[in-house]
Amino acid sequence: MIVVLAIAVWLALWVLNVRLARGSSLSWLVPVVFGVAVLVLWEGVVRGFGISPIILPAPSAIGARFVAETGTLWGDFTQTVVKGAFTGFAIGTAAAFVMAIAVDRSPFLQRGLLPIGNFVAALPIVGTAPILVGWFGFDWQSKAAVVVVMVFFPVLVNTVAGLKDTTTMQRDLMRTYGASYWETLFKLRLPAAMPFIFNGLKIATTLALIGAIVAEYFGSPTRGMGFRISTEVGRLNIDMVWAEIAVAALAGSVLYGLMVLIEKRVTFWHPSQRG
Amino acid sequence: MMRSVGAVLTVLVALVVIWYAAAVWMNSGWALGQAEKRGEVLSFSQLVVETMDQKRPRLPTPHQVFGELWDTTVEKKVTSKRSLVFHGWITLQSTLWGFALGVVVGILLAVAIVYSRVMELSVMPWAVISQTIPIVALAPMIIVLASSAGIEGRGVPKAIISAYLCFFPVLVGMVKGLRSPSRDQLDLMRTYGASGAEVFWKLRMPASVPYLFASLKIGIAAALVGTIVGELPTGAIRGLGARILIGDQFGNPIMIWSALFAAAILAGGLVILFGVIERLTLRRMGAAR
Repeated sequence: MIVVLAIAVWLALWVLNVRLARGSSLSWLVPVVFGVAVLVLWEGVVRGFGISPIILPAPSAIGARFVAETGTLWGDFTQTVVKGAFTGFAIGTAAAFVMAIAVDRSPFLQRGLLPIGNFVAALPIVGTAPILVGWFGFDWQSKAAVVVVMVFFPVLVNTVAGLKDTTTMQRDLMRTYGASYWETLFKLRLPAAMPFIFNGLKIATTLALIGAIVAEYFGSPTRGMGFRISTEVGRLNIDMVWAEIAVAALAGSVLYGLMVLIEKRVTFWHPSQRG
Repeated sequence: MMRSVGAVLTVLVALVVIWYAAAVWMNSGWALGQAEKRGEVLSFSQLVVETMDQKRPRLPTPHQVFGELWDTTVEKKVTSKRSLVFHGWITLQSTLWGFALGVVVGILLAVAIVYSRVMELSVMPWAVISQTIPIVALAPMIIVLASSAGIEGRGVPKAIISAYLCFFPVLVGMVKGLRSPSRDQLDLMRTYGASGAEVFWKLRMPASVPYLFASLKIGIAAALVGTIVGELPTGAIRGLGARILIGDQFGNPIMIWSALFAAAILAGGLVILFGVIERLTLRRMGAAR
């Protein structure tokens, strides 16, 4: 009965979406309606078939747990995201950035380091997590270290590619202005590289969260999102695990959205932003 | 070409030198401690020798790691539980299954998105959001779900995690590729009286192939990362990720490092393989320059 009802609501929302998609003023509502429809279907299936909360809790149960455990969730969030991921992200991207400018100055390093950087960027670097946890201890420092290693290469490769993205004409123009290397760098080449740099930064935000959480599976103090997920799975508190996943999803989406916003402000001149 | 090979080799040699220096520095603490217990004072050259072949070094030296790699691939039988070929094969299987699943899902979603505005508006934002969710948070859940759904073994959950990571680049690349034919080309098809299916198979599909291959190379690397992530936090006992996990639990850094390098070699091999297939296909299609 409930299942039928849920499917009916789903179909109704789908028809609504088809209507909304035709107009252009309300089309931003479409993904929201789609998300709501998925939640309704999920709730309906769980209740209708009486699925045990140990297997798949209903969204309402997860929501209730989320509200009840805000304190714990916030503590885990600060431990993993604020201390681990942010610190690592800042150090890793800064290091990659400086390295990229150094590489850019030396054609030899470009030829030698870039193929290696491209190769390393495709490797399963998460695997270094246990090693780094062994070196830096259980607290957030080791998580930050994993994040540094994970974000370094994507940002490096993208920044170097971006620094190449000026035409000879543009560089010649700077030369006729009598611009020094640093003036050319700051006024022409870095701004021109920004779309590439943000590409790397966007990849890095996701990687930073993954790195910080994986590193906690290999040892952590008794707080943190990865720690909570692995212990609560063991205690079969699946709704708590989902609440933690919701926090991770929210953090990931908000950080990514923030990057997109900053990108829009910085690279307003780029064709992809003017559409 | 030759110049860049030389540069790459130089950088590699420099990295190995740095690695040895770091190994001396990081392993010296233990060596000095041992010497103090024996009441000896080590000279610098003795110290260097002491740091080269420790059993449980903080940082294994390159010759230890590659020695172990050689030992566990060439010297061991392929069926042995200690052979990295065996564990690599387990990981490769899940990777390929997850990759296949991810590619199929990615292509189907891309086709739906290109042909339906409702699908584009509803699915595309969620596809982006799905990638900002750290998959590792979901990994233990997927394994619980799979086992309660009556699926034995770890192959399926690992493949699902791989698929989750690799469907997105395929989706994005294919949407771009299927939309790459120009107005003119689409109009020409219409003047030929081509049906919708013909436009799809004879124009959109072939036009999307270069985009597809670019995505496949990213996707296969992502799928391997997914499998290893799937093996790490879940107590798997077979596969390269499991070797890393077991090496960590038994305090055997050489094992971790050799499994890492095996994973790296596997990833590199797969990407190169797809690069070769790409070149051959594009040449057959007359698109290679």
